[in-house]
Amino acid sequence: MHSAVLLIEFGSIILGLGLLGRFAARFRLSPIPLYLLAGLAFGEGGLLPLGASEEFVATGAEIGVILLLLMLGLEYTASDLVSNLKTHYPSGLVDCALNALPGAAVALLLGWGPVAAVVLAGVTWISSSGVIAKVLGDLGRVGNRETPVILSVLVLEDLAMAVYLPIVTALVAGAGLMAGSVTLAIALGAAGLVLFLALRYGRLISRFVSSDDPEKLLLVVLGLTILVAGVAQQLQVSAAVGAFLVGIALSGEVAEGAHTLLSPLRDLFAAVFFVFFGLHTDPSSIPPVLLPALGLAVVTALTKIATGYWAARRAGISVKGRWRAGGALVARGEFSIVIAGLAVAAGVEPSLGPLATAYVLILVVLGPLTARYTEPVATWWARRREPSRPEPAPAPRAAEAEAPVGD
Amino acid sequence: MSAPRLRATPLPGIGVQYDLETREHRHLSVVAHRDGTRTVNVYRSDDPDSCAQSLKLTSSEAGSLIDALKPSHHSPSLLYTTDLGLVAERIEVAATSRWNGRVLGEMRMRTETGASVVAVLRRAEAIPSPTPDFRLAGGDTLIVVGTREGVDAAAAILGRE
Repeated sequence: MHSAVLLIEFGSIILGLGLLGRFAARFRLSPIPLYLLAGLAFGEGGLLPLGASEEFVATGAEIGVILLLLMLGLEYTASDLVSNLKTHYPSGLVDCALNALPGAAVALLLGWGPVAAVVLAGVTWISSSGVIAKVLGDLGRVGNRETPVILSVLVLEDLAMAVYLPIVTALVAGAGLMAGSVTLAIALGAAGLVLFLALRYGRLISRFVSSDDPEKLLLVVLGLTILVAGVAQQLQVSAAVGAFLVGIALSGEVAEGAHTLLSPLRDLFAAVFFVFFGLHTDPSSIPPVLLPALGLAVVTALTKIATGYWAARRAGISVKGRWRAGGALVARGEFSIVIAGLAVAAGVEPSLGPLATAYVLILVVLGPLTARYTEPVATWWARRREPSRPEPAPAPRAAEAEAPVGD
Repeated sequence: MSAPRLRATPLPGIGVQYDLETREHRHLSVVAHRDGTRTVNVYRSDDPDSCAQSLKLTSSEAGSLIDALKPSHHSPSLLYTTDLGLVAERIEVAATSRWNGRVLGEMRMRTETGASVVAVLRRAEAIPSPTPDFRLAGGDTLIVVGTREGVDAAAAILGRE
C-alpha cells in the first residue's frame, strides 16, 4: 500500500500548490513565498510530517533546480552573455561587491565560519530574474530605457553563478584548497569551452538536438540536460551549472521550442523544490534568525538600489530612471534558495536555511514594492530638499553632470 | 524622404526592442517578446526614459494592427504578402450587378486585369477554382487574387451595373 500513500501525499502537495498559486495570482504576488510557507507548514516540526513521498519529493527538488538553471540558460544566447560581459562588467563587479559582502559579513558576525559566509554572500547577491521580469511586465516598464541596464545586471549575475556554484559545491563538500582549485578549474574550463563551442558551433549543436516533433525534442533536451547535470555532479562541479551550460549551448529555434515545452515542467518541479526546502526547515528555528534576516534584507535592499542607480548612471540614464533601475533589482528569490539549498543539503550551518528562508520571504514580497515606489519616493525626497537648498546642486550632482555618458 | 531607421536593442530573457523616432520627435517602441506577443510603448514627454502607455498585444492582435497600419490597407484582405506584392480580396457580386446570372468567362477578368478568381463563396459553401463556364449569381462572393492594381480593377469590373 506504500504506493497508494505516496500518490495521496504527492497529489495533495501538488494540488495544494496549485490552489496556493491561484491565491497568489489573485493578489498579484509571486507564488514562491507561498510555496516556501507550504513547505514550512508540513515536514519537520510542522503540522503534518510527510512520510512516504519524502524521497520522491527530494528527487523532484533536484530536478527542479536542474530545470530552473536550464531554463535560465535557454533565455540567453552565448553572444548575449559575452557582449554583456564586455560592456557591463563594471556594473557586475559593483553588484557583487555591494551585495555579496553584507551577506558574508553577517555570517561572520554570527560566527558561522567562512564556508557559510561564502554561501550567504551568494544568497544576498543574486537577484531573482523571474520575479523581476514579471514585475517589469506588470508595471509596463519593459520598454523603458533603464530596462536593458536591469537585464544586463541580471545576465551578469547568472553568468557569475556558473563560476560561483562550483566554488560553493566544493566548499560545502569540505574539499581542501587543492581539490577545490581543481573543481574550479574544471568548472571554468567547461564554462569557457561551452561558451566557445556555442559561439562557434551553436547551430550544429542545436541541429543535433533539433526535432520537429515536440515529444522527441522534449525527451532529447530533458535527457541531455539531466545526463550532463549528473556528469557535472560526478565531477564535483554542481549539477545546476551543468544544466545551465546545456541551456547556453542550445540556441535559436531549439531553445525556443524547448522553452515552451519545458516551462510547465519547470514550474512543477521548481514548486516541488521550494516545498522541499521549506520541509527541511523547522518553523521554530525561524524566529531566532528573524532579526538578522530583517536587517540583512533592509541593508541589501539599499545596496541593490545603489547598484541599479550606479549601473544606470553609467549607461547615461536620467535620475528617475536610475532610481527605477535600483528599485527593480531588489527582489531575491529562486536562486538564493538554490544556493542556500546546497548548503542545507550538506549540513553546513543549521541556522543558514531558516535565515535564507526568512530573507527570501521578506525580499520576494518587498521587491515588487521597491520596484514600484523607489522612484516616486526619491523624487519626492529630492523635491523636499530643494527649497531648503537655494545654492547650486551638491557636489555629487555636479560631478554627475560632467561625467561622460556611457555607451 | 528615406525610411526611418528602427533601432534594435536585445533584451536578454525577454526579446528584442525596436525603437522608432517619429518626424515629430516622438519616441515609440515595440518589444517583440519571444512568445510572439508584442508590447507597444509610448513615452512620457516629461520623462523620456519611461513609458506613459504600454500596450500588450497577442500575436493575432499585433497582426491586425499591422494590417491597419499598412498605407495600402484595404479592409477585408485575406492574404497579404509584401514580398510578392499580391493581395487576395473578397468581392461581392451585387444583385444589381450586370454579372448576376452570366458566366465567369464573359467577364474576361484575367485578360483585362491579370487578377484571377480562385474561389467563389456561395451561401455556406466554397467552390474552388471556378471554370469560365461557371454561372454567377447575385450574393456570390469572389475571392480574387492579383496585384493591388489588378484587384482594384477587378472590383471595378464586378461593380458594373
